[in-house]
Amino acid sequence: MTPADDELARILDPSGAVVDREAREALDLKEEDLRAMYRAMALARQVDLECTALQRQGELAVYPPLLGQEAAQVGSAYALGEEDFVFPAYREVGVAIIRGIDLVEYTHFHRGTRHGGIDNPVDRRFAEVTIPIATHALHAVGWAMGTRKDGGRGCAIVYFGDGATSEGDFHEACNFAGVFKAPVIFFCQNNGWAISVPLARQTAGKIYRKADGYGFPGVRVDGNDVLAVYRATREATDRARADGTPTLIEAMTYRMGPHSTADDRSRYQPEEEIEQWRSLDPLFRFRKYLETEGAIDHAFVEQVENDAGELAAEIRTGIVEAPPRNVREIFEWTFTELPPHLTRQRDEVVAALEGEEEGAGG
Amino acid sequence: MADVTMAQALNGALRRALADDDRVLIFGEDVGTLGGVFRITDKLQAEFGEDRVFDTPLAESGIVGISVGLALAGWRPVPEIQFDGFSYPALDQVISHVAKYRFRSAGTVNMPIVLRIPCAGGIGAAEHHSESPEAYYAHTAGLKVVIPSTPIDAFNLLLSSIRDPDPVIFLEPKSRYWSKESGELEPNGLPIGRARVLREGEHGTLVTWGGMVPRCLQAAEAAAEDGVSLEVLDLRCLVPLDLEALIASARKTGRVVVVHEAPMTAGFGAEVVARVVEDAFEYLEAPVLRVTGYDTPYPPAKSEEYYLPDLDRILGAVQRTLTF
Repeated sequence: MTPADDELARILDPSGAVVDREAREALDLKEEDLRAMYRAMALARQVDLECTALQRQGELAVYPPLLGQEAAQVGSAYALGEEDFVFPAYREVGVAIIRGIDLVEYTHFHRGTRHGGIDNPVDRRFAEVTIPIATHALHAVGWAMGTRKDGGRGCAIVYFGDGATSEGDFHEACNFAGVFKAPVIFFCQNNGWAISVPLARQTAGKIYRKADGYGFPGVRVDGNDVLAVYRATREATDRARADGTPTLIEAMTYRMGPHSTADDRSRYQPEEEIEQWRSLDPLFRFRKYLETEGAIDHAFVEQVENDAGELAAEIRTGIVEAPPRNVREIFEWTFTELPPHLTRQRDEVVAALEGEEEGAGG
Repeated sequence: MADVTMAQALNGALRRALADDDRVLIFGEDVGTLGGVFRITDKLQAEFGEDRVFDTPLAESGIVGISVGLALAGWRPVPEIQFDGFSYPALDQVISHVAKYRFRSAGTVNMPIVLRIPCAGGIGAAEHHSESPEAYYAHTAGLKVVIPSTPIDAFNLLLSSIRDPDPVIFLEPKSRYWSKESGELEPNGLPIGRARVLREGEHGTLVTWGGMVPRCLQAAEAAAEDGVSLEVLDLRCLVPLDLEALIASARKTGRVVVVHEAPMTAGFGAEVVARVVEDAFEYLEAPVLRVTGYDTPYPPAKSEEYYLPDLDRILGAVQRTLTF
């Protein structure tokens, strides 16, 4: 499947030209929104490169790059409201940027300083980073059901890849969402690959059409067209807020990097496929469009590049200079109150730590 | 005081929890109109409405997975899995998320979920309806594991579990659902994590839980006729384990036999034995023994009487400890 597919919703073509003027005019985006979206995409790209570099230098344990998926992430996240709850997988730095998540804190997950991602996910409407594939789709549905019971307006959006649509939890989540009218957006970044396994081995059908079986709309959108992604997500949030109707969005994009820094994609990803998608770059496309429209100029692009460089440097400094966490925390995190058997084990670690400190002091 | 069955006691606890805390939700397969296949949720939907008590699609991972999301939205989910043998599709959600969410959020989010699972055998049920999965859960850090054996304990422990800020796997021994006890369904403040000495003894201790509790009491009664005084300790909770009560009894009697329905190898009995050996070794008069289900899959109903520990096997083990 390629972005030339007839069923693909699209506003900008790969050169940045508007192919659906009517859809473009209907978008509730001001020029400052367009600039903010471009900025977020550019920041995401730079942060991504920085994290890959940090991993190569041994500062991060492992990192899954989002390169090529900036439009899918920024376009969808930009369509959300404050009250909406994001359930990320593990590649969603672009979403985190839009949601104002502290990237130094977030990056500690990849450094191996902590699990999960961030503190206070409930208050921040950004769930813990989730590695077990598709399991968090059910969390999104549960939160959406719960918020609806409280009469809330919020909807949940869950990010996952094409591989996740093979998991049982994806199907259970869609089914529950349809049955309970849970205001959820299932946002599939179809990037063509689940580590080394291509889409054709995940499904013989079309991902967005699976929504039919669960009784709610499914749409396919050019995932490298940030405006089309924004529109599809905004329409989905409107439906969700209106009466709880869920939506499955399949954003056709491509994983331009490896699955993670531990992966060797030269073993399976055809070079010509990568080349083809390089010409469909989402950032280039949006920049061309904005330049043509006169929404940005060279100075703006340069300013964004500077900001991105500063943010990357901030992350580097923040990560490298962060004090180590105290291992006794792992006992406090497990239960609200330490049970007797864990108290014993905690005391053992505390004694060992004190021994080390004394050793260091003496 | 009236006699109540464990099924009535559990139903009473759920009713009270729904009434006391409007954040409590009950859901699962057939828990609504039907009132659950064991009637534990009988009439609760009629009383509290479909918003609080509702049937779900037939999907266990879904049932537990939405519980995580509901907890994130500030609810206190009390989902039911219909039978022990159907709890396995939800293990990924239980192990990867329910047990770990607090940890993964660095202690900033609690998961006040009580997962109720009818468990164990002895009722002549079909295949996959008689399993004892407690060791899987006890081995998963971040979960509490509760398994009552009497109606009044079941009532109070379920209420304590629902009030607990941490996730609880609440195992209900099916063979005890229709057992009766004289008492009032009034909360007595019993916290989870406390074992109970059901019978005092001098010569040895039977450590047990769930469906094997009445059998151990019978064994103690039979042993008494031969002049052997056995203590019976009902653990009631496997996590947190009441180490104090366990070690005190082991030190007092010097002989310990653990009795459970689950297979022996890596069963929770192994944990009990290890704790006793670690903390009461110098008080022991004999090896600590286990009487358990065999290391086979749970057998067909017609054979379960040979599989489950019976009086002969329990008393045989006690006798062995007395020969040292």
